[in-house]
Amino acid sequence: MSAQSKGNGGGLPNGAGAAAILAAGIGSFALAVLAIAADKVAAIKSLMIFWKPTGPLSGVTTCTIVVWLAAWLVLDRSWTKRDVALARVSTVALTLLMLGLLLTFPPIADLL
Amino acid sequence: MEITERSLWTLIHGMGFGALYLLACAGALVELYRRYAPGDERSVTARDEVFLRTYLMVMAVLAWLAVLSGAYIIYPWYRAAAPAGTTDLSGFPQKLLMASPRTIGWYSMGMEWKEHVAWLTPISITMAAVVFLHYGREIKNHPSLRSAVLGFTLISFVAAGIAGFFGAMLNKNAPVQGGATITMMQGEK
Repeated sequence: MSAQSKGNGGGLPNGAGAAAILAAGIGSFALAVLAIAADKVAAIKSLMIFWKPTGPLSGVTTCTIVVWLAAWLVLDRSWTKRDVALARVSTVALTLLMLGLLLTFPPIADLL
Repeated sequence: MEITERSLWTLIHGMGFGALYLLACAGALVELYRRYAPGDERSVTARDEVFLRTYLMVMAVLAWLAVLSGAYIIYPWYRAAAPAGTTDLSGFPQKLLMASPRTIGWYSMGMEWKEHVAWLTPISITMAAVVFLHYGREIKNHPSLRSAVLGFTLISFVAAGIAGFFGAMLNKNAPVQGGATITMMQGEK
């Protein structure tokens, strides 16, 4: 995701938007990875029980939110004032989102 | 006409937050696609911009309320452990689904997918709302940004639809019920 020259014809740089988009992709993928890990590994499953009535779902979703927001913060700090290769960032983010959607589907997750 | 406390919460979660989100999502997709297209020379007024900003923020709030009420109010009732020797599983929806080969798929596939995929919705729509809050009508000058926001909003719609479908089917096969009974209306004999 190489940085480009600052500004976009006098408008707002696209970096802030790119950071938000990529962070959402990372968060979506992290959700699927954490859900699979908690399903397959007993130690992770018990580690993910942050609140007993909701079980491992509480930890999986809380950790997902932390990963998503941390990624957003880091990317935003790096990109907010500049233009980045948005088409590439979007492709990566949408791929991560689609993987997140597919990997949460139990028959696919069970293949891993 | 009576409803139990747990049924009322399920209704608020599914119809109040979830179904309303799905309806709103269709509107957001149309608005983003038609009015903010890069080649569209019709001007977007400040009022239009404020409208979509508010609309997307309300959608984000609805999405968060839907997943949080689902995970932290209804899900614990759904997965409650039945005491040993319990024969009437009507108060334990997960165990009721697992007890029959005709319904176990709603648990092993339906709920397992729903409980995770639903979280893609608030993540995606929060991103869309924040990006639009930042760029407003200037998003027309960033076609890739608009396309990505549209893509994420569309997937949030799909994820909410999956969660909504399985939620409705799960509640049909093993309703979450119990708690205090609320009398809504006295019927005539």
